[in-house]
Amino acid sequence: MKRPIEFESARRVTPSPQRTQITLNVNGSEKRLNVAPWTTLLDLLREHLDLTGTKKGCDHGQCGACTVLVDGKRINSCMTLAIMKDGSNVTTIEGLAHNGTLHPLQQAFIDCDAFQCGYCTPGQICSALGLIREGHAETPDEIRELMSGNICRCGAYPNILAAIQQTIKTTKGV
Amino acid sequence: MNSFSYVRVRDVSSAVNEAAMDTAAKFIAGGTNLIDLMKEDVARPDRLVDINRIPLNRIEQTSDGGLRLGALVTNSDTAYNEQVEKRYPLLSRAILSGASAQLRNMATNGGNLMQRTRCYYFYDTATPCNKREPGTGCSAIDGFNRMHAVLGTSEQCIAVFPSDMCVALAALEAIVRVTGKNGDRNIPFADFHRLPGDTPQIDTNLQPDEIITSIDLPPKGFADHHAYLKVRDRHSYAFALVSVAAALEMDGNKIKEARLALGGVAHKPWRNREAEALLKGRTVTPDNFQAVAEVIMHDAKGFGDNTFKIDLAKRAIVRALKHAAQMEARS
Repeated sequence: MKRPIEFESARRVTPSPQRTQITLNVNGSEKRLNVAPWTTLLDLLREHLDLTGTKKGCDHGQCGACTVLVDGKRINSCMTLAIMKDGSNVTTIEGLAHNGTLHPLQQAFIDCDAFQCGYCTPGQICSALGLIREGHAETPDEIRELMSGNICRCGAYPNILAAIQQTIKTTKGV
Repeated sequence: MNSFSYVRVRDVSSAVNEAAMDTAAKFIAGGTNLIDLMKEDVARPDRLVDINRIPLNRIEQTSDGGLRLGALVTNSDTAYNEQVEKRYPLLSRAILSGASAQLRNMATNGGNLMQRTRCYYFYDTATPCNKREPGTGCSAIDGFNRMHAVLGTSEQCIAVFPSDMCVALAALEAIVRVTGKNGDRNIPFADFHRLPGDTPQIDTNLQPDEIITSIDLPPKGFADHHAYLKVRDRHSYAFALVSVAAALEMDGNKIKEARLALGGVAHKPWRNREAEALLKGRTVTPDNFQAVAEVIMHDAKGFGDNTFKIDLAKRAIVRALKHAAQMEARS
């Protein structure tokens, strides 16, 4: 089969990064940041703000490890450019505990032994928080379906489900 | 990712101007597909035009009694919208069967129409692909083609269009409203996406300077008799091998009108109006449904790994029609 000899990108000279100032409210504190347009929200959180709780798994929006809440909604931070979210409120796993008390979901994950290696856990918890706020899941099947964007390679799914059910039962309007 | 510049626009005319000035620019909304393609070096825009702040984020009634879905409303907000759930449940079902909750919170209605194929050769810049690099060849025809098309293929491309939402929109005969340098125009849903032919690099009939402003649903929503059946390798969060949107208007046990759209089998949501017309006035019997399935899949062509889709699609059509017809009895 014929192969392309030369790609257009190979001929293009890469200009130096243009940085733009943006403002984000991250976990309740306002941050002014200079970002290149191609910096993802995930890389911004981890590399610029040292908020390494949010994890990079696949970096393609398939595993959910990078899940954070932007303006209250759960999204994949790896598939979002930071510059697009200028002026938004971002909540990461670091922003859930309050005055040294774990968020009910964090406590439920511990109570229910809802993780093994823990790598997917920040994304699972942020996703579960989004799920509870959305209010579309009540039954175990509905929770499973609406948590399908978060992969757990250790297979802790039954306990993750239990932790979410516990939180739905014991809290209202988390 | 290649280097690019970024501009934020706040109205449709600025977006159109940006696109008309620079043909290598791309609009970005949810970004769930474009950013992925940029990370893979499949898309290399030199400028991103961020359209997220254009006020196209409403769902509202149209004067003819239909519903206008703003191009920038997210897939989640559309699927869970009260009017959509009540009057167009087929659309809600289709949207909620695609992607994950996070992606649906990001992805927009306009972006759903503009997403590219998930053909693995299209994504793999080390392999030839006529859609990515025209003239290099199609790696899928003689390669791994389990997910690929069986209808409307060409010698240049056998990619499938991956959307679920668009399968329902095809069945509902939505209208895509667009604005470009030459003004506004309405594109019937069936004419929005293209078959690959000799130009598989062009997915849609949207012009480079045009932007989608809304997707308009006609008044008829088929809420009483509809089904969206999606067959896939995993129960959730997977693209369709075959999907069927069935919408029926019934008069007792007789079919007054039937609409069928197929996903996962072609380069666009697949309709066959001649086949649909065969159901008019017919009663709900397995034989009548089977006959329609045979007509729709008559010209289907498999490429080896994906040949199973032909029989799978026939069975999915029969089952979706059965579900749609029996809805009232079940409720």
